[in-house]
Amino acid sequence: MEYFLQQLINGLSLGALYALIAVGYTVVYGIVQLINFAHGEIFMIGAFGAYATWMILGQPTDWSTTMSLLVLLPAMLIGGMVASVTVALMTERFAYRPLRNAPRLAPLITAIGVSVFLQEFVRLFYGWVPGFPDAKSAIPFPSVPGLSGESLQFGEVLIQMPAVFTLAALAVCSVFLWYFVNRTKTGRAMVATSQDPDTARLMGINVDRVIMAAFALGAALAAIAGVAHGLRYGNIDFRMGFLAGLKAFTAAVLGGIGNIAGAVVGGLVLGVAEAMATSFIPGQFGSSAWKDVWAFALLILVLVFRPEGLLGAKVVDRA
Amino acid sequence: MLEVKQLVVAYGRVNAVKGISFNVEQGQIVTLLGTNGAGKSTTLRTISGLLTPVSGEMWFEGERLDGVAAHKVVEKGIAQSPEGRRLFRQMSVEDNLRLGAFSRKDAAGVRTDMDRIFDLFPVLGSRRTERAGLFSGGEQQMLAIGRAMMSRPRLLMLDEPSMGLSPIMMQLIMSTIRSLRDEGITILLVEQNAAAALKLSDKAYVLEVGQITLEGTGEQLLGDDRVKRAYLGED
Repeated sequence: MEYFLQQLINGLSLGALYALIAVGYTVVYGIVQLINFAHGEIFMIGAFGAYATWMILGQPTDWSTTMSLLVLLPAMLIGGMVASVTVALMTERFAYRPLRNAPRLAPLITAIGVSVFLQEFVRLFYGWVPGFPDAKSAIPFPSVPGLSGESLQFGEVLIQMPAVFTLAALAVCSVFLWYFVNRTKTGRAMVATSQDPDTARLMGINVDRVIMAAFALGAALAAIAGVAHGLRYGNIDFRMGFLAGLKAFTAAVLGGIGNIAGAVVGGLVLGVAEAMATSFIPGQFGSSAWKDVWAFALLILVLVFRPEGLLGAKVVDRA
Repeated sequence: MLEVKQLVVAYGRVNAVKGISFNVEQGQIVTLLGTNGAGKSTTLRTISGLLTPVSGEMWFEGERLDGVAAHKVVEKGIAQSPEGRRLFRQMSVEDNLRLGAFSRKDAAGVRTDMDRIFDLFPVLGSRRTERAGLFSGGEQQMLAIGRAMMSRPRLLMLDEPSMGLSPIMMQLIMSTIRSLRDEGITILLVEQNAAAALKLSDKAYVLEVGQITLEGTGEQLLGDDRVKRAYLGED
């Protein structure tokens, strides 16, 4: 039982990471029907932005726990968000917007191009900044006293502090997303635009700004995930967005693409499924080498038996 | 108030509107009449800024209107209730009305106007938190008109407001349009239901395959032989 609970917690915290990234796929898809394959790189850039912030703060290693949690961590989160939101808005403006009315294959291919471009950009140029480490291989992520290496113990169940951070971040973001979508003018405009863009424009909604808001929102959450990833695995590298992005995209499809609550549920389900597969499937098929196989097998199963996803995809409904 | 001059609008290489000119005077009901594909909806969508004209000019209250982005057109005082109503069906009545007032900053005024819409259409007021998709066709049309009214337009464009409605509901919508005009709102109406539309029109234009073939007061067109044959189903 403790073993099961332990795996459940591991799965949920991994899933929370996927969920934070998946929201970005789903909000952008919901509005412009674009699968933004560069979103994994936005997550990666969030992590590198947080690292850069730590460098700018003078690589603090001896800060007290209070200072770290109240100053260092928020500063790294904000730095990561500034980096990821800026890059996401630039890709929207310069790569996707010119193709707004092109056939859907064009922006999709562009997204793959943007993805490669951003990876290579970080790989080749991160080390050019004086004092910054070369990014051609993995960089150790700064440890945040109070989080890194700490854990909470509940009976036999052990929860790493980075996992607690990830779950707490998802909880806060979910409340924020609910409030944003249901209670703010921009949020309502976003929902209206995803249901019927032309009619949204007739209401006086500036659809370009709504699209920018969607990219920025997804990027901000991805940056939080980037920091969570760094704390969890202890290092970051320019390729980290590829698999994480693919998993998060799977999570978004699993929950029903275009559906924000679906992205959160899909992420958690995928994380738990991965954790359970590696703990309860016997023999070599349960080894961690097989966890990606099980994750994508789950995707295929859902696509075959419930193509609209667990919570239902955004339905185009205009009668 | 609204002047359209030599307007040409194309979908790809096909011209849907082929150089039409018409005027909408302040305080009038003006109707564009025509069959499917005549270019009526295209004209309204172009005025609203959803489509960009190939050539021609549009002027509203002395200001150039062509080239103005759709969301700015609403701010200038032009609202449209589109063909097929296009409500946000998953959203409540109130949310639909609030979106209609998206360009406004005066929260108190928005609430007052919402109450006015509920006075005008009591059925919407009594079910204000229900989803728009659950209402009957006529009720949805009321909501679509109400939503367009929420931006406090000086020019209200209605695209086929009687489409798919029962005769009783249609009469109600038509009398609502007349009372909106009496309140001082200028109305540009697009209709296939010629008889009902012409009866309340101050001015009407007949559109055929992208060109205006006939114009006159509502009464003149009601008495015109060609209109009778083509649109009123009389011999």
